[in-house]
Amino acid sequence: MPSRIVAGIGLSHVPSVGPVVDRGRQAEPAWKPLFDAYVPVREWLQRLKPEVAIVVYNDHGADFTFEKYPTFALGAADRYRIADEGFGTRALPEVPGDAELSIHLCESLVAQEFDLTVCQEMGVEHGFLVPMNLCFPHTSSGWPVKCVPLQVNVVQHPLPTARRCYRLGQALRRAVETHAGDLKVVILGTGGMSHQLQGKRFGYMNEAFDQWFLDRLEQDPEALAEITHHRIMEEAGAEAVELIMWLTMRGALPRSAKRVHRHYYAPMTTGMGLIAFEG
Amino acid sequence: MGISIKEIPDTTIFDLRLSRRGFRLNRMCAALCAPAEREAFKRDEEAFMTRFSLTEEEKNLIRNRDFQGLIEAGTNIYFLLKIGAATGTSLYRMGAQMRGESYDEFLATRNIKGAV
Repeated sequence: MPSRIVAGIGLSHVPSVGPVVDRGRQAEPAWKPLFDAYVPVREWLQRLKPEVAIVVYNDHGADFTFEKYPTFALGAADRYRIADEGFGTRALPEVPGDAELSIHLCESLVAQEFDLTVCQEMGVEHGFLVPMNLCFPHTSSGWPVKCVPLQVNVVQHPLPTARRCYRLGQALRRAVETHAGDLKVVILGTGGMSHQLQGKRFGYMNEAFDQWFLDRLEQDPEALAEITHHRIMEEAGAEAVELIMWLTMRGALPRSAKRVHRHYYAPMTTGMGLIAFEG
Repeated sequence: MGISIKEIPDTTIFDLRLSRRGFRLNRMCAALCAPAEREAFKRDEEAFMTRFSLTEEEKNLIRNRDFQGLIEAGTNIYFLLKIGAATGTSLYRMGAQMRGESYDEFLATRNIKGAV
């Protein structure tokens, strides 16, 4: 049986969520609305029983630095270490990889003319781990799914276009569907939503833009994929350009995919969005 | 600015030209991902900066904790956060300074200021 992508989730990867999880503060009034939104998401994922998560994320200077900076970097390892991004290494279990699936994805994506950087070692940090904390919490026996990390340059311009990220998602779907492993795969597109972390516009958010983005992602992703980096940065803040990674997730799902969860919460400096599709 | 990047008011766009300008600063910041290097920075900031060949102007920005100046000198925000961690300056405190506000003034502008 071929493997298949059974679900896709777009979600923010706000770093402060990590220490909240580690210190058990999820029930505090300021954080409860965020964590409550993931309770039905986790129940839904437990029904779907995926074996693998492809996590589309960006590193924040923990494992990728500007001496050499890949546009798209795919992990091809059996395990991924927890990286120290400057605040100490979180006490989390190593992340299990699926190297066989990674090899197939690399072969298929390069054949489809996505010339990736292939990584046999990667360290993962909040861009990857916060979405995992929210969707696939670890237990004493480790993480409940194997992972394939896909790191995207959304930091040092020139960045890949939103359209290119969308097409990468479409290519990922073809790649998964030609893998004879009978795996159920979930894809996470992470980052955003509106936020800017420097200059006089520090702390800028735009809920109207974020809600519009969620609407378009659901209803007309082809048209949304034409959005420019400039428009995202102008309307939603410079660091909101991470949202192009949500288009990779959406491209990996059919146009007709059913939206099953949606949530938005913007307490401090980042619009924290959540949208989930099945199909 | 490259052909596809237009300027946005009150916003620094981290492009390749800026990344080249901030190369030494960002390399120094990246080193702060190792606990031993964080300790070395805290023990002797001047020696640490010299080891990474910072210019006098760059050193002054760090001595003065001039976070917006560091952004404009090519420090990427995610790398700047590592100096924040090593000097005990949170992102929100850096942000308040960049906005020209006190920390409490900045917090008063937030929707739910307990979510820190």
